Amino acid sequence: MTEGEHTEPLHLLAPDGSLSEASSALPLPPQLLEPDLLRALFRDMTMARRVDTEATALQRTGELGLWSSCLGQEAAQVGSAHAMDERDFAFPTYRESAAAWVRGVDPVALLGLYRGTTHGGWVPDEHRFALFTIVLGAQVLHAVGYAMGQQRLDSGGAAIAYFGDGATSEGDVHEAMVFATVTNAPVVFFCQNNGWAISEPVHRQTTVPFTQRAAGYGMPTMRIDGNDVLASLAATQWALEHARGGSGPVFIEAVTYRMGAHTTSDDPTRYRPPGELEYWATQDPIDRLRLLMINREVAAEDFFVEVQAQADALGERIRAAVRGAEDPEAGLMFDHVYASDHAQVERDRQRWSAPFAEGGVMA
Amino acid sequence: MSAAPMTMVGGLNAGLRASLDHDPRVLLMGEDIATLGGVFRVTDGLAKDFGDQRVFDTPLAESGILGTAIGLAMAGFRPVVEIQFDGFVFPAFDQIVTQLAKHHYRSAGHTPLPIVVRIPYGGGIGAVEHHSESPEAYFVHTPGLRVWTPSDANQAYLGIQAAIACPDPVIFLEPKRRYWDKAEVALGTLSADDAERMWSSRTLRTGSDITVVAYGPMVRTCTEAANALAELGVKATVIDLRSLSPLDLDPIFASVRQTGRCVVVHEAVETVGLGAEIAARVVEECFYSLEAPVQRIAGPHVPYPPSRFERHYLPSIDRVVAGVVQVMAG
Ligand SMILES: Cc1ncc(C[n+]2csc(CCOP(=O)(O)OP(=O)(O)O)c2C)c(N)n1
Ligand SMILES: [Mg+2]
Repeated sequence: MTEGEHTEPLHLLAPDGSLSEASSALPLPPQLLEPDLLRALFRDMTMARRVDTEATALQRTGELGLWSSCLGQEAAQVGSAHAMDERDFAFPTYRESAAAWVRGVDPVALLGLYRGTTHGGWVPDEHRFALFTIVLGAQVLHAVGYAMGQQRLDSGGAAIAYFGDGATSEGDVHEAMVFATVTNAPVVFFCQNNGWAISEPVHRQTTVPFTQRAAGYGMPTMRIDGNDVLASLAATQWALEHARGGSGPVFIEAVTYRMGAHTTSDDPTRYRPPGELEYWATQDPIDRLRLLMINREVAAEDFFVEVQAQADALGERIRAAVRGAEDPEAGLMFDHVYASDHAQVERDRQRWSAPFAEGGVMA
Repeated sequence: MSAAPMTMVGGLNAGLRASLDHDPRVLLMGEDIATLGGVFRVTDGLAKDFGDQRVFDTPLAESGILGTAIGLAMAGFRPVVEIQFDGFVFPAFDQIVTQLAKHHYRSAGHTPLPIVVRIPYGGGIGAVEHHSESPEAYFVHTPGLRVWTPSDANQAYLGIQAAIACPDPVIFLEPKRRYWDKAEVALGTLSADDAERMWSSRTLRTGSDITVVAYGPMVRTCTEAANALAELGVKATVIDLRSLSPLDLDPIFASVRQTGRCVVVHEAVETVGLGAEIAARVVEECFYSLEAPVQRIAGPHVPYPPSRFERHYLPSIDRVVAGVVQVMAG
């Protein structure tokens, strides 16, 4: 693929639910239209959206300190995460809750980070899904290093790095592209361009499509409609195969939109131009898949009712678990600072558990 | 001069506005500072009033922000950069420590870099990881940087102007948990002498039993602890350092010579923190006046924990009171 050919993002599934002609730029493997797969994609996007709605509600009632919603970005995340196989490993930002869902991370565990009970919440190896990374761009280098490791292990696996449009300006992301191309590392750069980095529009970060930059570093690129779950899945499958096969890194720009605020602390009315949200509401990723499934008679009303019921049950489970969660015991904050014993930590653990009268710090 | 009750956010905004008005070389740059007015709204309205050549959003890259600020300073401007949160200053750490801090020294005094790096810091707001840290010791440890931190709205208003007027690079640490606290702000122009005086510590109350040293967010905690101590019959002197580099310790030594006792309070990790430096200096200068070991009340040797732990982590009024009572018994 060469850059410059396509300025319009590639898509397979249009907002009206129709399929477009697969092109050489973005082939549509026939397996992508298997009814079971379409149903799974629909279910995962719906469940992810339910997690998101529930988390937003829990933040509003004070159960969570913060939430960063992925509303509108479900197709980009669910499609790309579905492309992973058991050898691959994902490196997310803080917004990849839909990808986390696909990787089997329990939403209740994930919400621990936002409730403030943990800085992690899951075992990365169990899900082949790294911990959320808040420092923009840092995880992109980790993905490249992980991919360099797969070369040495000859595992045939690849890494996928998630990051936003804003994060592309960080030096770490550029260094990651340098390392990936000169080492020919099996890594997929998956940039979700959701239009905004908090209040800064994309043109504050770049004057050309992000894919053009990546091409300059020397890797093939694809710019896709990020609200099209089939495009996201097809492109990422293609990219991961390319990487696993020893042909080096690939850069995907998924053009999507952040339908919510940046986080629950943000007020987008201060910067979002009128009409933008309304336009993107017509591009909804779940609606268009539903239309396709109805057109192709892959699912009928009973399926959609069943998925909705599952989503509601999930919402209730999350709400009950988060509301009922006890605060962790204070002493736990001294655990795992180091992998081996450390004198300062142990001294402070003692002082923090003893009252002042006994030389401790507890009042 | 007029006085007005303001939050610290308002005081900072007014101070930045005064500096922009007063000196055309002053520029404000950072992430989300223009249209949004900053995630804490410290720069609210300034882009509108001063235009996008003077108040502007940068690409999302902290090393880029600091590096270009250095170039702008070399071109004669006085950049005031905003780092969005404490935990995000580290991509810029290289530019700050290897370039910003050393340039005046390397150029044998020919090229000062009058840059202010504003950083909201500290915990207590229930935030997620990297949004509650106290990185001051890294900067205080670096020769060539000045470090300053306000404890209330008026101090913020005056201090930000003094920092901008200063020919040296200043790391300006804003205690975010005090952003919404209100105080009377004495509006008006800061004279050169006023600005110079901001680099000193300030005694908030005088008591003969013990000297309590604090800065930034812990000043209010310590003042409230001193009120509680007064009810227990313990008379505390409370000193707000304000300037963390240079340290103005003479008033502390003078006080400790009277009280014979000293505690230093900060949120940052105790190990090799400001308290260690101050305790060492107090021992050097006041050894024969001391009636008890200097006590530090600070963070334990763990990363800043998830927010549900922060009430255990942060020095509270109770912890300060209990620490003082313990030193009084010593
Ligand atoms: C190094 C660093 N600087 C600043 C921030 C504060 N911050 C958090 S998210 C964000 C915007 C990120 O935008 P983008 O990369 O487009 O991702 P999105 O939030 O849109 O998913 C900023 C500035 C941060 N987390 N890390
Ligand atoms: Mg974005």
